[in-house]
Amino acid sequence: MKSKPDPSDADASAPFLVLSGVKKSYTGVRALNGFSMQVARGEVIGLVGENGAGKSTLMKILGGVIAPDGGTITIDGKAHDALTVGESMAAGIAFVHQELNLFDNLDVAGNVYIGREPLRNGWMRFVDRSRLHSEVAPLLERLGANFTPDTPVSSLSLAQQQMVEVAKALSVDARLVILDEPTSSLPLAETDRLLEVIAGLKAAGIAVIFISHRLHEIERAADRVVALRDGELAGTLERDEISHDRMVKLMIGRDIKAWNSGDPQAAPGDVVLSAKSVQTEAYPLRPVSLDLRKGEILGLAGLVGAGRTELARVLFGIDPMLGGTVSIAGEPIRLRDASDAVSRGIFLVPEDRKGAGILLGLPIHQNISLPDLKSHAKRFFVSQRSETEAAETQRKNLGIRTPTVSTLTSTLSGGNQQKVVLAKWLAMKPRVIIMDEPTRGIDVGAKAEIYRLMRKLADSGVAVLMISSDMEEVIGVSDRIAVMHEGAISGFLDHHEFSEENILLLAVGKTANLAGAA
Amino acid sequence: MTKKDIGLLVLILVVGAIVAILNPRFLLPNNIANTSNLVGMFGLSAIGQAFVIITSGIELSVGSMIGLVGVLFVDFIATEGVPWPLAVVLMLALGAVVGLAHGLLVTKLRLQPFIVTLCGLLFYRGIARFYTQDATAGFGFGQEFPGLDWLTTGKLYGVPASFIALVIVAVVMWFVLNRSVFGRHLYAVGKNEEAARFSGIKTHRVIITAYIICQVLTAISAIYFAMYTRSISPSSQGNFYELYAIAAAVLGGCSLFGGEGSLIGVILGVVLLQELQNLVNLLGIPSSLNYAVMGGVILIGVILDQQLGRFRERRRTAELARRGAETAKA
Repeated sequence: MKSKPDPSDADASAPFLVLSGVKKSYTGVRALNGFSMQVARGEVIGLVGENGAGKSTLMKILGGVIAPDGGTITIDGKAHDALTVGESMAAGIAFVHQELNLFDNLDVAGNVYIGREPLRNGWMRFVDRSRLHSEVAPLLERLGANFTPDTPVSSLSLAQQQMVEVAKALSVDARLVILDEPTSSLPLAETDRLLEVIAGLKAAGIAVIFISHRLHEIERAADRVVALRDGELAGTLERDEISHDRMVKLMIGRDIKAWNSGDPQAAPGDVVLSAKSVQTEAYPLRPVSLDLRKGEILGLAGLVGAGRTELARVLFGIDPMLGGTVSIAGEPIRLRDASDAVSRGIFLVPEDRKGAGILLGLPIHQNISLPDLKSHAKRFFVSQRSETEAAETQRKNLGIRTPTVSTLTSTLSGGNQQKVVLAKWLAMKPRVIIMDEPTRGIDVGAKAEIYRLMRKLADSGVAVLMISSDMEEVIGVSDRIAVMHEGAISGFLDHHEFSEENILLLAVGKTANLAGAA
Repeated sequence: MTKKDIGLLVLILVVGAIVAILNPRFLLPNNIANTSNLVGMFGLSAIGQAFVIITSGIELSVGSMIGLVGVLFVDFIATEGVPWPLAVVLMLALGAVVGLAHGLLVTKLRLQPFIVTLCGLLFYRGIARFYTQDATAGFGFGQEFPGLDWLTTGKLYGVPASFIALVIVAVVMWFVLNRSVFGRHLYAVGKNEEAARFSGIKTHRVIITAYIICQVLTAISAIYFAMYTRSISPSSQGNFYELYAIAAAVLGGCSLFGGEGSLIGVILGVVLLQELQNLVNLLGIPSSLNYAVMGGVILIGVILDQQLGRFRERRRTAELARRGAETAKA
């Protein structure tokens, strides 16, 4: 079971992994479109690409979780059409995921050998704890870990926990370790430790695929960069070519398609909502300030996990505000819960449509009237006629496609469900509408309708804050863009400064290249 | 009435007819009055239970509260000389405070309803036993409270007062559940608390109110039970009554996951349970088998209901598939 490359092996110079022409589509969406790459033994590959470029599909194919529609995967000279989870593990491919899969009630050794514990002889088959610990100790030593096999995982830092995951990979004689966004939740000092671990793996002849949005880490760690864009290989950079700017160029660099909500009819008006030094629970040390003006669509861009949804939840009163002030038309307001926001005309269309946006088990008209039942009630009783009439108005207004408004919301398509979420707020008097990923999982036609609705709303004097991870959407729909990076706003872009490059630069914490975009 | 309610009603009538044929005493006015008295008393607490179950909670302390309120109420009016209207108000207030406490623990401290009310079940029983030093609370010889007696154990045209109370409470609560803003918020919170919160509903307030309603109704039923039994043993009064209430609510279509349940169904559930009790007595089944009969019938009922639901669902899908195939051909 020795897996270290043997110099006498004739195949040692051949690449460990070759992907050629790998294809995968989900219903109507091409996630990977003939992607090819190679990984040599002991090579550290930096894999970069925007959200939705196809990285996670690629990882699932390598892990054997999904089968590609076409192409071949060659490992150690053996070609496969698809891998099973078992084949992937047997070939020595190990994953360290962004979300750690550790049992924090066990110690380090127990986690490394979970499900494969060495057992004592005898009918009781007790776990042989001393052997367990003596086998894990050298692995930790190899990684330069500063903790012992009997340390409880719950007492380890995030980087140390990641080391446990790497140790797990080593314990199965991994030959390719895939690190999926390992540093996204790490403080900078701990990131350095992880980069050392990567160097250690490389020295032991183990290949590494390192996926990260933090491009400067890739600059430091990678031997070669592979960039994915729209499911295709956008290009590779050799060690001496790797630079931040070149990676960004490869990741974007396509034409912006005609995603457009139409131009605003008038210049934006006064500030409606003003957030000053707002601190969220996710990033208490990074206060956020922004102004939303009447009649504008402000796009809020950034990488997943940059703190955009958390900001939206605070502005809507769902999560507590740890500090700062929120004012409506210059008047500071208290946000104890969502009803405080709703009563001031601040509405949220949440990211999780089915979980938080609508009640799937209720008919359309009851969803629409839910936040405003009091105004449908005469004295004590809710008037069903008033509810139905209000829902009918919204159905015509938004073009919700349904036989009647008493249809169960669960039977509607995603786009129509999203319209119901919008309808419940439009039936009241919106001043600010925050839309978190408003078109996620919605087909193209409905998307365009939602964009038009957003513009109509803005033209009627509503301030719209649109959170979106879709570059084309942010650029095509927004009047102004704010970009968040690790909890703080790293910059605002006016219309003439819009470019994918500028957004991406701000999203990774650099400054925008304003001269170039003007 | 929903399909489920009608099914339940049919079941009640069929069982009733069989019992009546086997033992005609079932239909005697006295027997019916007795049974409806029990339906009234158990029904009051079952309605309260339904409110909590609709929020996807559960209230296990009902039986112990029936014991505690019974002991306190009888002691207040029989021994301490508290005027009975004041005692009634105090008992309802006690129920409200207990409900508020449970609601706050469930919402603000995010404790599980099962745990909170299980602790309540133990706690209130202990307090009840401690308060009377385990002695039975009762009335002195010849002690009478005409107004109270008429309101609790009296009859109007042969209908027991407790049953009339149930009908009044049920009508009010039907409107609360089905027509009021609060009722709509209650179902919304039970179906999906997160989405309700994102619609600006004060979900905590809704849940707390449900626990208060439950305990106030329980206090009312406790007074009826106290005046019915007239001597209250603190260690056994109301034992298991929470389970009757939960069983009735589930029979009546409440889902323990919340968001579902009709008031009519819950009351029919109570009627069915009391009919079964009565059946055990009238058909000469050993009364020790009482619980076994009830448990068996509830289980069969729930299984039937679920299987019927699946059958209907399958038939619907098959119908859709057939229509789909036709359009594909066309």
